Amino acid sequence: MTGLTEIRIDGRGGQGNVVAAYVLAQAGFEAGRFVQAFPSFGPERRGAPVAAFVRISDRPIRRRCQIRQPSYVIIQDASLLNVPGITQGVHPGGGILINSSRETEGLALPVGVKVKAVPATALAIQFLGQSIPNTALLAAFLTLTDLLPLEALQRVLSRRFEGEALERNLRLMREAAAQVSPGSWKDAGCDRCN
Amino acid sequence: MIDAIEGSAAVARAVALCRPQVIAAYPITPQTHIVENLAQLIADGKLRCEMVSVESEFSAASVVLGAAASGARAYTASAAQGILLMTEVLYNIAGLRIPLVLTCANRAIGAPVSAWNDQQDSMAMRDAGWIQLYCADNQEAVDTTIQAYRIAERSELPVMVCMDGFTLTHTLEPIDLPTQEQVDSFLPPYRFKRALDPLSPITIGNLVTPEYYSEARYVHHHALLRARAEIAAADQDWARISGRTCGGLVSVDGPEDARVGILSIGSVMGTLYDARDEFPDLGAVKLIKLRSMRPFPAEELQGVCAGLSELIVLERALSPGGGGIVGAEVRAALCEMEPAPRIHNFAAGLGGRDMPLKIYPALLEAAKAPQATRFAILDVDLTKVAEEDR
Repeated sequence: MTGLTEIRIDGRGGQGNVVAAYVLAQAGFEAGRFVQAFPSFGPERRGAPVAAFVRISDRPIRRRCQIRQPSYVIIQDASLLNVPGITQGVHPGGGILINSSRETEGLALPVGVKVKAVPATALAIQFLGQSIPNTALLAAFLTLTDLLPLEALQRVLSRRFEGEALERNLRLMREAAAQVSPGSWKDAGCDRCN
Repeated sequence: MIDAIEGSAAVARAVALCRPQVIAAYPITPQTHIVENLAQLIADGKLRCEMVSVESEFSAASVVLGAAASGARAYTASAAQGILLMTEVLYNIAGLRIPLVLTCANRAIGAPVSAWNDQQDSMAMRDAGWIQLYCADNQEAVDTTIQAYRIAERSELPVMVCMDGFTLTHTLEPIDLPTQEQVDSFLPPYRFKRALDPLSPITIGNLVTPEYYSEARYVHHHALLRARAEIAAADQDWARISGRTCGGLVSVDGPEDARVGILSIGSVMGTLYDARDEFPDLGAVKLIKLRSMRPFPAEELQGVCAGLSELIVLERALSPGGGGIVGAEVRAALCEMEPAPRIHNFAAGLGGRDMPLKIYPALLEAAKAPQATRFAILDVDLTKVAEEDR
């Protein structure tokens, strides 16, 4: 399906990766795209590896199958890199965004895909006083990929937060966006049939 | 207003728009988010309704039976073993001709335990005497929920709205939620003419001797058959208000002259629609969406299948030792057609197994077999099965 981008968000139960998927999809909706977001189905346990998925498209999304070969993977927790297979399935030419305070070059990752580390948890602690990496990760992701304008994320955040909490999230969003190179992953969106 | 929201949250909002007066439910995955959202709407003062906490699904069904029997608009939701635990009460609700709406967040049945989606739970209730409508997407789940109250109240039959667990309940997508005014204009306040009233006592559910039992069953059966018109009318009338149709009893999409058809039920329809676009070289195919499993639209199905030479029935449950459930009904409905299509019956996607786009070419390939497949589980992997069990 042309104009379809598929994304997987890997995290641990309780880290809010389903929320991240829903927020990303809602940002797509705010930007006038067709969207679908869903968790990995079934029972979940706090702390165990879990995945959530997002489709963003120019056309209505009717398929209900799983995403096996995402264009992009967002990893919320760098310790997941120790889980066998966690980086598998990324479409050749795709990208993996990792929440890590380490340098990108120091991470053991597959070849043939773009990789970027962003210290989302450290930034979240700095700006929010809490270790919730979603805002920083999504801001960095949208800036790297140019998939949606950052204003779309801002509109979703404005619906979920208010007052001081919103201001802190918006400052975090701008700082995380400033830490990556805008549009450098722009052409990794892979149109295909899974 | 169109918004990107989770299926369960959307269904909860749709239920609230129908102004229920009593809700009773016991939490079970993947139904939980629906009643959680309803509880939140009540706690926030956005819905005036009595929420009854119960200790089991048996009690949840009993509470809404009593509430609806006394004239309240009532609602419950469940899934899997929860639906099975309700079984005795579900038969009673139907036999008593109580108008009620239940959402079944479809999930596989144990043993072996599975938390994932298929449709064995609602299919196990096929003979309970309820209307059963299956939803292909979350928009249909919203619209069918609203239609279900009108169908239930006009036909004095309970309606089970079946939506695939997780695949729909846990998926966020753009959904057009109607306004309160739209729903109010479609669904006026209800007065149940047989409502229990202490000032005018009647008995319901009493013993029926052999002199009258067959007649009671006849009346119930024919009420369900007559409900076909009510289901079609509700969909048409709601389309006039909302601009959307859910496809009545059964609907077909595809070129008029297609000789091959795939019939299925529930959310896999979306995957089939997309797959047909992805594999245009595989020829003209009609996709047939069965929405009403009960009442079963036999005559309408004959019309929809006219001109087909091959009909593939894809379903999400089975009757072990028998075969397909939907497939058997379709075969029975079409056997009088002249000429009748060959019917190939497959189950797939059991217990949450993914149904990728490639299921579409696999089904079309299977339909080329010299002998039509009476029934098979399409995606079974026999390398996982002990030699003696193959």
